[in-house]
Amino acid sequence: MQIYLPIAEVSVNAFLLLGLGGLVGLLSGLFGVGGGFLITPLLLFIGIPAPVAVATGANQVVASSVSGVLTHLQRKSVDLTMGATLLAGGLVGSTVGIWVFNRVSEAGLIDLFVQLSYVIFLGLIGALMLQESLRALRRARLSKPQPRRSHTWVQHMPFKVKFRTSGLYISVLPPLVVGFAVGILSAIMGVGGGFIMVPAMIYLLGMPTKVVIGTSLFQILFVSAYATLMHAVINNSVDILLAAVLIVGGVIGSQLGTRLGVRLKAEQLRILLALLVLIVCFKIALDLLIEPTELFSIEVTRP
Amino acid sequence: MRGVGAARFGLCLLFHLLLATLPLRAEQIVAGLSQSNIAITANYVGSEILIFGAIQRDAPAPDGPLEVVITLEGPSGPLTVRRKTHVNGIWVNTDKLIISRAPHFYAVATTTPLSSALSATEDLRHHVSIPRAIRAVGAASVDESPRYFDALIRLRKAEGLYQLQEGTVDLAQNTLFRTSIILPANLAEGSYKTRIFLTRGGQVVDTLETSIMVQKEGLERWLFALAHEQPVAYGSLSLAIAILAGWAAAAVFRMFWA
Repeated sequence: MQIYLPIAEVSVNAFLLLGLGGLVGLLSGLFGVGGGFLITPLLLFIGIPAPVAVATGANQVVASSVSGVLTHLQRKSVDLTMGATLLAGGLVGSTVGIWVFNRVSEAGLIDLFVQLSYVIFLGLIGALMLQESLRALRRARLSKPQPRRSHTWVQHMPFKVKFRTSGLYISVLPPLVVGFAVGILSAIMGVGGGFIMVPAMIYLLGMPTKVVIGTSLFQILFVSAYATLMHAVINNSVDILLAAVLIVGGVIGSQLGTRLGVRLKAEQLRILLALLVLIVCFKIALDLLIEPTELFSIEVTRP
Repeated sequence: MRGVGAARFGLCLLFHLLLATLPLRAEQIVAGLSQSNIAITANYVGSEILIFGAIQRDAPAPDGPLEVVITLEGPSGPLTVRRKTHVNGIWVNTDKLIISRAPHFYAVATTTPLSSALSATEDLRHHVSIPRAIRAVGAASVDESPRYFDALIRLRKAEGLYQLQEGTVDLAQNTLFRTSIILPANLAEGSYKTRIFLTRGGQVVDTLETSIMVQKEGLERWLFALAHEQPVAYGSLSLAIAILAGWAAAAVFRMFWA
């Protein structure tokens, strides 16, 4: 069944959109990532114009993260204090990120800059996560107790706050800095930043994996809602019909993912996320390295 | 010798002036379209437009092969053509050309190959062939960078947005003609200009212009207008739908799993 999208101005198969939404929702619920780094390339691939793909992707991420956050809230696996701290840093970071983005755009290097950021960050994080989680899995198999990491430099910082749900008593500065850094990157790369936030919370802040997913979704919810509204007001590029179909698939996928996540071990979840991040990284790197069959591309300028 | 040349030129000029004052439109086009407007609704998947007509004559048909050339041109807008180059081992968009205006859609249908139906001079005058038509709209920017211009035509042809359909106009008894042009699903809104050329020996004998309106309707029209006229309300509506859907899914699944 084909539907014509009023803002994207293309006709696409509704079942294909439902499937895409479902797939990204499943990953979102499973890993606590918004799925922005997946939905945007997928929408571009089926012929949705780039500005509409980015803006509508953000809208879909809102729906799947609301659905995920509610389930996690009910299970008490969201650290609201930590989420609010990350968000505060994130909003400042986004503002700085938008400034950097505009400066690089003026220099005419934005395409290269964005693609290289993707390759570097996805590659780095994917590789680190894969290595760490494989080691953790091997350790678990040998049934040795996992030593708690000691974050000495983190523990000696001032302004200590009790993050009860995470079971942490640390300074507010590291979460603020993490939120800020992720905010910059997400503004430049046009994503919610879950795939950077999740490993940062696990490895830098030492949060337990089960709490990380709910808290990450909590933070993504606000960042993507802000992005959706900005895109709608400034660029008129949110396609509500496209979003609605993606959302129907997405919320169902997200729920299935959240339930499925409970049955998998934390190490296995991390290996899967690491592999996914590496696949996307590999794909973008290939596009940069292999000579394309068509060197030219057309971009319609919106009035 | 020079005197003879000047005299011949003068005679030639006189002959042409004389021709221009004669009633030239001995053959005239009368045409119709299967529809004068196209509505884009939620289930729009592309459409086919039928263009047909007849040739009216005051006198018996003159000599020379009679041909019909039909063009359909969509609304124009600015666009950017980008080119990738190999820099330090990676392929990246480095160069671009901004084309101030290019039609979103352009189709040419003819009775015989375009080169025989229309002389190069007439093509230059009426901007019929794809490169001429696009160049006429895009003005100066394309002349500097023909490679970008060629790429634009090549890419749009591959998408079915620029079409050259030679031999698809049926001409019966040198009087009745008809053709159909397929409009793609990713159609832009606006006025689509139809031009019909009647040619004899590559020279244009008569032309006729008409237009088709392409517009969004119903839900599509309402959403598009809301997005552009009330963006804050539209953005809030998008968010509300997303939040409501997320909440509903969580609630429904909680009941299922409980």
